[in-house]
Amino acid sequence: MSGHDEERFLNLTLHVWRQKNRDAQGKFETYVEEARGISTDMSFLEMLDVVNERLIHQGKEPIAFDHDCREGICGQCGVVINGAPHGPRKATTACQLHMRSFKDGADLTLEPWRAGAFPVIKDLMVDRSSFDRIIASGGHISVRTGNAPEANAIAVPKTDADLAMDAAACIGCGACVAACPNASAMLFVAAKAEHLNLLPQGQPEKDRRVLAMADQADAEGFGHCSFHAECEAVCPKEISIGFISRFNADYRDATLTRSKGQTATGGAG
Amino acid sequence: MELKSNVPPGPIEEKWTRHKFEMKLVNPANKRKYSVIVVGTGLAGASAAASLAELGYKVSTFCYQDSPRRAHSIAAQGGINAAKNYQNDGDSVHRLFYDTVKGGDFRSREANVHRLAEVSVNIIDQCVAQGVPFAREYGGMLANRSFGGAQVSRTFYARGQTGQQLLLGAYQALERQVGLGTVKSYTRHEMQQLVVIDGKARGIVARNLETGKIESHVADAVVLATGGYGTVFYLATYAKGCNATAIWRAYKKGAALANPCYTQIHPTCIPVTGEYQSKLTLMSESLRNDGRIWVPKVKGDKRPANSIPEAERDYYLERKYPSFGNLSPRDISSRAAKQVCDEGRGVGRTGLGVYLDFADAINRLGVDTIRERYGNLFDMYERITDEDPYKVPMRIFPASHYTMGGLWVDYNLMSTIEGLFVLGEANFSDHGANRLGASALMQGLADGYFVIPYTLGNYFGSNKFEKVGTDHASFKDAEAATSERTNRLLGIKGTKTPDELHRELGNIMWNYCGMGRNEAGLKKALQELPALRERFWSEVRVLGTGAEINQSLEKAGRVADLIELGELLCLDALERRESCGAHFREEHQTPDGEAVRDDENFCHVAAWEYAGDGQAPIRHVEPLEFENVHLQTRSYK
Repeated sequence: MSGHDEERFLNLTLHVWRQKNRDAQGKFETYVEEARGISTDMSFLEMLDVVNERLIHQGKEPIAFDHDCREGICGQCGVVINGAPHGPRKATTACQLHMRSFKDGADLTLEPWRAGAFPVIKDLMVDRSSFDRIIASGGHISVRTGNAPEANAIAVPKTDADLAMDAAACIGCGACVAACPNASAMLFVAAKAEHLNLLPQGQPEKDRRVLAMADQADAEGFGHCSFHAECEAVCPKEISIGFISRFNADYRDATLTRSKGQTATGGAG
Repeated sequence: MELKSNVPPGPIEEKWTRHKFEMKLVNPANKRKYSVIVVGTGLAGASAAASLAELGYKVSTFCYQDSPRRAHSIAAQGGINAAKNYQNDGDSVHRLFYDTVKGGDFRSREANVHRLAEVSVNIIDQCVAQGVPFAREYGGMLANRSFGGAQVSRTFYARGQTGQQLLLGAYQALERQVGLGTVKSYTRHEMQQLVVIDGKARGIVARNLETGKIESHVADAVVLATGGYGTVFYLATYAKGCNATAIWRAYKKGAALANPCYTQIHPTCIPVTGEYQSKLTLMSESLRNDGRIWVPKVKGDKRPANSIPEAERDYYLERKYPSFGNLSPRDISSRAAKQVCDEGRGVGRTGLGVYLDFADAINRLGVDTIRERYGNLFDMYERITDEDPYKVPMRIFPASHYTMGGLWVDYNLMSTIEGLFVLGEANFSDHGANRLGASALMQGLADGYFVIPYTLGNYFGSNKFEKVGTDHASFKDAEAATSERTNRLLGIKGTKTPDELHRELGNIMWNYCGMGRNEAGLKKALQELPALRERFWSEVRVLGTGAEINQSLEKAGRVADLIELGELLCLDALERRESCGAHFREEHQTPDGEAVRDDENFCHVAAWEYAGDGQAPIRHVEPLEFENVHLQTRSYK
């Protein structure tokens, strides 16, 4: 609810990417009548809900878009709004963006994330399973259930814990990839790896982790990072590209010790 | 149907330890011969799947989201309880057990709650080892905060994103197993049917949400960790996709559904604005550590909050419950908010809101401390409401947040269908009639990391399994039933969208079965719901086909199940003629509005058995005995 007593209404023009499935050719459709009388108190996704309800009543297929928690934490939503992933407001996911960020009469172009490693599956929905595979490759600490020491046996300096938490705040939405001219996933990869690399618990696998995750990102078809920093600008959780620098340093160290790591894996049997 | 709790004998402190020793084991080399399906990948499902795969079982996971990491556990903000006693303030396993039984208003099973309190300490160890970045003190040790319903500080937290960090820990453990090839992860899949063969759960039929393909999956056991049914109220703090389809289909196959009327309405959510509203957003209970809740003393006072002098404010929780004050349990705080709004003292445009004011805390601690503690929550509030809570008090109102009811399970977390296990919010077991804050994360992870790995092994070790394939008649029938239902939904071509019908359901449930319930209202709901169900099946409009991504079709299927579940919820609420925890029957209250329990007639679990469409469901009873925490009237005064 807006604290301001009067609710305002907007008339918008939407140009929305419509694509039936992975293999189909997509195109933009324009909606004007369906996007009239939009309350400024609505979230961006509630605006899409309203447009969809109107489309269904007209017998037209609603616009498919991903979303779930609608409170900016699950990372499932994401749409490029006039060229900006998640839209114009800083540090805000599309579900938390409110229509008061737009002017009456605005012309909005809505596209899915555009990246080779994120194939479009319908309208504004993409396949981000590549992110899961990057985590599977090494974005974890190998500790079996039941295998843990007493929690306070490992002291972690508060500043390290806080910095790790800054990285761990990543919601895996993929806006960083969508914003990058190279469609690089480096901000995601670095945030995920450095969260663990910053903690004492993450040290034993640090080298393996950075090498495996970087290799997997390459294999998925994400581009290389050339420090445009567009990712940081659009990240709804304001993850710093400083983590990419840390990751690069860890990657360099790991590369130097790579041969040692590989010969050790055979073990003494 | 017989409800055998299978609680082991012996003193409560020894039950779980003894039971773990007495349960059958599966030899390490044989574990890979057993397969298990886990539906839902939140805290309970992801932790179970990872732990079972680590043991050597063949695991498949299913989630409707595009990644297991997105399950709604991710949205839990405040924290997770554990009886570590790191604060030296008198906490213990017994105190956590006691607080949880009392907080649940004496409607939970003592033995389950004690086990939960015991393993709570292992959860923190496990999560720290996984790299969960919990808040720490400067000395490097873990920090704690306090939460509602407790007088000790036992809540561990990671800023306001505790659920996210715990889920990422479990998800990373799960993805590690996916990488090792021990788990097959099916994303964008939704369970449509449970398949029961010779009395045992042997698999599921799921719809691939991208291709529309109806797929059969066979296993030796099925674990449901599919969350709660709070979206029955339409507006809720749940994710939009949260639904009750998995538990409802299991119910229709013979799994008893227990205490559906225990639905938690969380006191601190951002109030509703308009008809288009799609969900409500929680403001963490942890805010009540420093925020003070108030409304104007006189009705209809429309002055801005900051112009109302101290003497004209009613800090009603501090006034009515001086020992717990702003940290009174959720059910009590929600009802108190409803009362003051019913009296016409509510604030904001709709009058459905109360203030949560940080001015005193900011004066005492400084704005930086408050920002460090709650900054992300304040930012979220500002984004949604366009108001700055550092300057003006937040406005909050209760909303549907959690369901304590769920599928009935025994001590081993097995439902009334053999081989069907139910974990986390989807079961009914640990929270009685009211859940305390920071206990949902604890229960989900307790079930997944530390209970099911033992009890599932015992089930495998005690049973023989015939080999079945997806060509078995039961799978073919379930596939046919799924296709038939899809075609039926697509064929109605009515005039109402699934969301419009869902909103109608929510209105009925909120009005007659929300924070206050009475016989007349519940009877009215029980007339309106069957009518709504009829109308749904003649009026719903689902466009497109079943052979593609079709979000309207997904939604329609979920709404159809929620309408049916809503009816059972109201029936359960009608039959429970007492007030307990979150279930407040207006006929059963003291003159000053406190709940009155009826232990003589209702100190039991009510578990409902499906008796066929159009037949009245059968109410079974599991008596509850309180040997360790004695029955008493709950008081937070």
